[in-house]
Amino acid sequence: MAAFKLGKMILRSLFKKPATLMYPVVPRVWQERTRGHIENEINDCIFCGICQKKCPTNALVVDKAKRSWTIERMQCIQCSCCVEVCPKKCLTNENTYTTPSTEKVVDTYVGAAPEPKPVPKVEPKIEPKAEPEVVEEKAE
Amino acid sequence: MGKRTIIPFGPQHPVLPEPVHLDLVIEDEKVVEAIPSIGFIHRGLEKLVEKKEYTELVYVIERICGICSFGHGWGYCHTVEGLMGIEIPERAEYLRTIWHELSRVHSHLLWLGLLADGFGFESLFMHCWRLRERVLDLFEKTTGGRVIFSVCKVGGVRKDIDKETLDEMVSVLRGMEKELKELTETFINDYSVKNRLVGVGYLSKEDAIELCAVGPMARASGIRQDIRLTGNGVYDKLEFEPCVETAGDCYARTLVRMREVYQSIDMIAKAVELIPDGEISVPVKGNVPKGEFMARLEQPRGEAFYYSKGADSKFLERIRVRTPTNMNIPAMVKTLQGCDLADVPMLILTIDPCISCTER
Repeated sequence: MAAFKLGKMILRSLFKKPATLMYPVVPRVWQERTRGHIENEINDCIFCGICQKKCPTNALVVDKAKRSWTIERMQCIQCSCCVEVCPKKCLTNENTYTTPSTEKVVDTYVGAAPEPKPVPKVEPKIEPKAEPEVVEEKAE
Repeated sequence: MGKRTIIPFGPQHPVLPEPVHLDLVIEDEKVVEAIPSIGFIHRGLEKLVEKKEYTELVYVIERICGICSFGHGWGYCHTVEGLMGIEIPERAEYLRTIWHELSRVHSHLLWLGLLADGFGFESLFMHCWRLRERVLDLFEKTTGGRVIFSVCKVGGVRKDIDKETLDEMVSVLRGMEKELKELTETFINDYSVKNRLVGVGYLSKEDAIELCAVGPMARASGIRQDIRLTGNGVYDKLEFEPCVETAGDCYARTLVRMREVYQSIDMIAKAVELIPDGEISVPVKGNVPKGEFMARLEQPRGEAFYYSKGADSKFLERIRVRTPTNMNIPAMVKTLQGCDLADVPMLILTIDPCISCTER
């Protein structure tokens, strides 16, 4: 009886697709919600630093003066906390993972230098030249 | 009377998924006494309460354990919601219950696989984990993570599940149930499995009560104890009866967990039927007021206990988690006394130890 059951299972397994994924050949399909890695649309970022303050693992460093946004990939736990608090919604959680590596990866995004603020044109006031005072020299 | 020797067991051992160390006092191949010691993976997560705001702390608390991570997040959120007096929407309660029961399915399937691996039934182990993979895929689809979900927050849940996905979830689980029935037959009737489990590690009902055993360990000894009966989440609406066995041995513990997998699938199906529409979270603002709050939750391994102390600021003053493995270690030591050396791995496995939970 047991041999019959075993035979049935072996036959079924022979004709079934493997349960595991032949990984490098067959690529992994990510779900829409998969929390893979954080991306920043740096040109929309205002470098407010709220994400840095809220990050549970301190993986983010925001430098307003240098206009840079830095993420330590190995320290990030993909909790999406920063994505939720971002006021400009420039942060997104992509559904693909970053490539594996043996070293700590630090990614820095640098925003373009801000466009110089248009200086309002002010017409230079032309003041009437004051009449030079004539100091009469007293003749001794 | 033979000579007594001490055999160190663990923290690194092929059968142990996690580091626990036991000094086994052996006399003629029989264990006379077992002295457990833990403390190899203490991470100090409770200390982080000083540095993380209560809204971000949930991501830390979830990482106490990789298997019952959703339950830890839920237990913590429950205490903070209790402190702040927040009522969460009903839909969020249902979603939390569904995810928690899914966690139970995947935890028990993982454990059944580990048990099969423990007694040397390699192919049964692989089949259990093959089924577990589908639950992990469901988790990935609904929460975005396979192990750590980051979906529970103070005031509700972060993500909703639409009707189609909920129905798909039930159909996947029902399909899995059919395949699990074949495995159940092997677990229940196979003589090689029975040889390793029946009559091994007997824990009487009196001992289980005296040593405060919790979860499947207590239920296998005939104690009808389940925190879900006390009505957290929406368990009161799902009408279930805890799985209780009376034999008190490793076989009974396997049966309890096996039956709980089916029960959880039924509960998820029922929750999907009953789930109402509506909001999934309420906005939370302000500090956590002064005070203390305790909550209990039935994790896959048994009763877990959560405690939070507020200090009228954004940072809590103290949190404390008491995990089920912590409570089951005395019962495990009791069952180890007088057993064969070859049965020790079975006995350690059948309490379903989660040492990283216990040490935090």
